[in-house]
Formats: sequence, C-alpha cells, structure tokens
Amino acid sequence: MTLTITRSGRRPAHSAPPARWRSRKVQGWLYAAPTAVIVGVLFIAPLVLVVWMSLNRWPLLGQATFNAPENYTKIADNPLFVDAVFFTLKYTAITTVLLSAVALGLALLVQDRKPGIGFFRTAFFLPGAVGFAAAGLLFYGMLNNDFGPIDPMLQSLGITDEPIKWIGTPNMALFSTITLVIWRFAGFNMLILLTGLQAIPTEVYEAARSDGANRWQVFTKITLPLLRPTLALMLILSVTGSLLAFDQFFVFTNGGPDNSTVSMVMVIYREAFFRFNLGGAAALSVVLLVALVGLNTLMMRRLR
Amino acid sequence: MSRYLTLSALAVLFLFPLVWSGYASLEEPSNYLEMAQFGEGLGTYSTNSVLVSVMTVAGTLVVSALGGYGFARFDFPGKNLLFLATLAILMVPYATILIPLYVLLGYIGLQNSLVGLSLVFVMFQLPFALFMMRNAFEALPRELEEAALVDGCGTFRAFTRILLHAVRPALITVGLFAFLASWNDFFAPLILLNDGASFTLPVAVVSMTQQTFGAIDYGMLQAGVMVMAFPCLILFIVLQRHYVRGFMSGALRG
Repeated sequence: MTLTITRSGRRPAHSAPPARWRSRKVQGWLYAAPTAVIVGVLFIAPLVLVVWMSLNRWPLLGQATFNAPENYTKIADNPLFVDAVFFTLKYTAITTVLLSAVALGLALLVQDRKPGIGFFRTAFFLPGAVGFAAAGLLFYGMLNNDFGPIDPMLQSLGITDEPIKWIGTPNMALFSTITLVIWRFAGFNMLILLTGLQAIPTEVYEAARSDGANRWQVFTKITLPLLRPTLALMLILSVTGSLLAFDQFFVFTNGGPDNSTVSMVMVIYREAFFRFNLGGAAALSVVLLVALVGLNTLMMRRLR
Repeated sequence: MSRYLTLSALAVLFLFPLVWSGYASLEEPSNYLEMAQFGEGLGTYSTNSVLVSVMTVAGTLVVSALGGYGFARFDFPGKNLLFLATLAILMVPYATILIPLYVLLGYIGLQNSLVGLSLVFVMFQLPFALFMMRNAFEALPRELEEAALVDGCGTFRAFTRILLHAVRPALITVGLFAFLASWNDFFAPLILLNDGASFTLPVAVVSMTQQTFGAIDYGMLQAGVMVMAFPCLILFIVLQRHYVRGFMSGALRG
C-alpha cells in the first residue's frame, strides 16, 4: 500500500528494485525511531522495572536485595492500605454517579446549537483547563472559615449559623472533595457526552416525535440507549480516574482528618517517600495496575 | 427561556470560584509581590514551568509528527507492534509507573531534571499525539507528496516543506493538549523533582501551604493559583476549537 507512491511515480510495479523496498523500510523505521526510543525507555523499561522492584527490598538509598514475595505478603498487613482501598472504592462510586448525572444534565442543556450556547459550553468547561493542584488550592482558600466567601454567604442567607467544617470531619472532607472534582471535571465529561449526542441522527428523534412520544419517552427510549457507548466511555474514564485519585486529596485534604481521606495512590506515595520502601510501593503499584487493567477489560466487554 | 435561566444560574456556579480567586488575589495587589518572593522566587518556579512545558510541547510535536508520518506512509517490520505498545500507555495507570520512572531516571542521570520530567510528559502524551498525527497524515491526499517526490525531493524534504504545513491544525491540537497536561501536572514533578530550585509552579505553591507553620496567607495563595491558571484559561479560550476537535477524533485523556 505504502509503495504506491514510488510505483506510480516512477516505474512499473514489478520492476521496483529491492534496494528501494529496503530503503523505504529503513526510512519508515527512522521516522518511527524516536517513538520507539521513548516507548522503550520510558514505558516498557519502567513496566519491567516495577515488577522487578516489587520482588526486592528496595530502600530509597542503598543496595537492593531480593526478598520475594515479602512485599506482596505484607500488603494485607498494611492497615492504611486496606482502609484506603475501601475509602477509594466509596469515593469512586459516589463521584462516578454524581459526576455522570451532572455531566449528562449539562450536555442535554447545551446540546442544541442555539444563540449563546457556545458561551455556556465554554463556561462549564473552563474549570477543566485549570490544573488540579491549582483547583485544589482555590477550593482550599474558598472554603476556609476565616478567609473564604462561602461561609459568610451561607450565614447571610440564613442557611447556617456558624462556619462549616468543610474539611474538618471525614464526611465533610469527602463531600467537599467531590464538589471540587465535579466542578473541575463536569465540563470535560459534558464534552464527551456531547460528541455522543451529536452522533444521534435527527431523523430518529423526528420519527419518535411523529409517533407521539413525549420528552421523557424520547429520552429513555432513544437518547439513553443510543448514547450507551459514549456513556460507557465516560464511566470507564471516571472510574479509572477516581480509583487513581491523588492530587485532590494530597492538595486539598492532605489525607485528613485523621487519615480518613487517604486514597490508594496516596498510600503508594507515602510508602515510597515517607517510609523509604520503594519495593513495597512497587508491589502496591503492581497490584493496582493488574486490578485496573483487569477492571478496564471487564468494563469494556460489559459496557460496549 | 427557562432553559437560559437554568444555564445562567449554572454558569454563575461554575465561574464563581475563578472570579473569586482572581478577586481575592487582587484585593491586595501586594499578594503578587509577596508571592514573587516566596521560596526560591516565583520567577524561578515560573521559568521551570515554562521550560518544562516548552520542552514537552516541542518534544511531543517532533516525536509524534515524525512517528505519525512514518506510521501513515511507510511499512516496516514491527510497525503494528510498536503502535500497539504506544497505545498500551493508555491502559497503564499513570501513577503506577512513576516510582520505577524515578529510579530509572536516576540510572540515566536525569533524576531531578527538567529534561527528564519533560521526556516523561512526552511519553504520556504520545498515544494521543501519535494517533492524532497518524490520522492527519493519512487524511492528506497522496498526490501532495507525490508531486514533491517527482520533483526530486527526498521524503524528508517533502515532509518538512509541504506535509507539515498541511497538518497544522493537528499540530496545534497536539501542542495544546501537551501544554495543558505538562503545565498543570502535579504528581510527576512531585515525585521526579526533589530540589526546591527545580520545582514547577504546582509543586512549589502546594509545598507553600504544607510548609507554613504559622497562618497561611490565603490572598498570596490565590495569587499563586491565578499565575498557574491564567495561561491555561487564555490558551483554552483562544484555541478551544482545536481542543474540541481533539475530543471529536475520539482520543481522550484527562
């Protein structure tokens, strides 16, 4: 296929000399070489290394020594990790449901190309352009009891009498973090859903309406089923993203109060850089990696 | 009409935090001056962030344009395997290979280095970028390149003189995604940089909140937020057409 240029340009197909064929192959390799180097050195090699590290006692400084399978057997004894697994699953479930609902609502509101809709789409997406660390610091200030505007607003509206402990109790810390995540990602997910909504042919809607279907029936019988692949993609992205949550908790709650908002990735980070146990962190990484790849494969099969 | 009322109320909710942060940072303009003197200085951190983003964008564009052209127009042994390996980066969770990357960069002398960090960002951008660029080159009519080759150009001259101009929209999309990702990322620089003088903005400003023993200066903090957010907001508003196009082509990454 790729030889058509040389063939049609210069000589009859069958008389193309082998040297040209080879040079075409070599050229192809040369163009792809930078990709191959990056993928090989910075992706394949660390993937192999993480497995090797997980089989060794690997201190931050000093010599590594083989100790398999100790890093793996110790995982079950790590109470912080076990708690983190449950916390992360709970966070993932709540976030995915709320985020999907908000994103779907937004997408339905802005799906028609009417005047001014472009402005609203931009407004909803704009927080998505802000980095997660910056967004976390923004909320950190906004919800602060002395400095932030939210407490005075709620009080002047008579909704509360005193400042709320936004990140002071485990439940409020979770609630505040999820609010932050929805603010940051709703527009992003709305964009995903919009691509799906726009792929539904208008004729289908017209046919349904001429058959006398009302709005709700159109939504449940046509929009939702036809949106299924897009919804599936959004669910997969949301579940995977939430299971890997780190920035929001590190920046915003710092795992607190009382280690109640420590996510799985946060445990990996602490194991490596606070307890200087890179081997243990690698074992946790491998477990998380295998679980996520398995889950992704499963979700793709079930949802598509 | 009621739809516009709902939309407006929601837009206020979504825009309020950004407006508030801008207002809080400007309430005392000295916030920016204090921020500028914090730690190694805002100048150092911003320079680091700019360097990393420029290197990431340039690296991603060069690698993915060359690779995309190679994948779209040439056949070579191992082609499919390499393409699959690149796409597999999407399947492997980012966070799980940062610790071996930290060790690996140590082996090749790039630990605590902005170049090393940029290379890691290029790798994470590569599946999306290569996919975009390959499709862009495949969409070009072959006659475009044929004409140049008949005129006696080598493929590389045809590539740099003609084809690269023709795929400019895809280059802008790839560049925009690479910029937003590298400028905003927190986790990779947190792990891969360990010396305050090499911190990028997100790591530097977050470490400010976690190092202060006394009261945090929240106004100054919002100045930091604005310095980080402003370039992204402007770039997104100017180039949003390209962002949405990247989305539509089915390649998504958060």
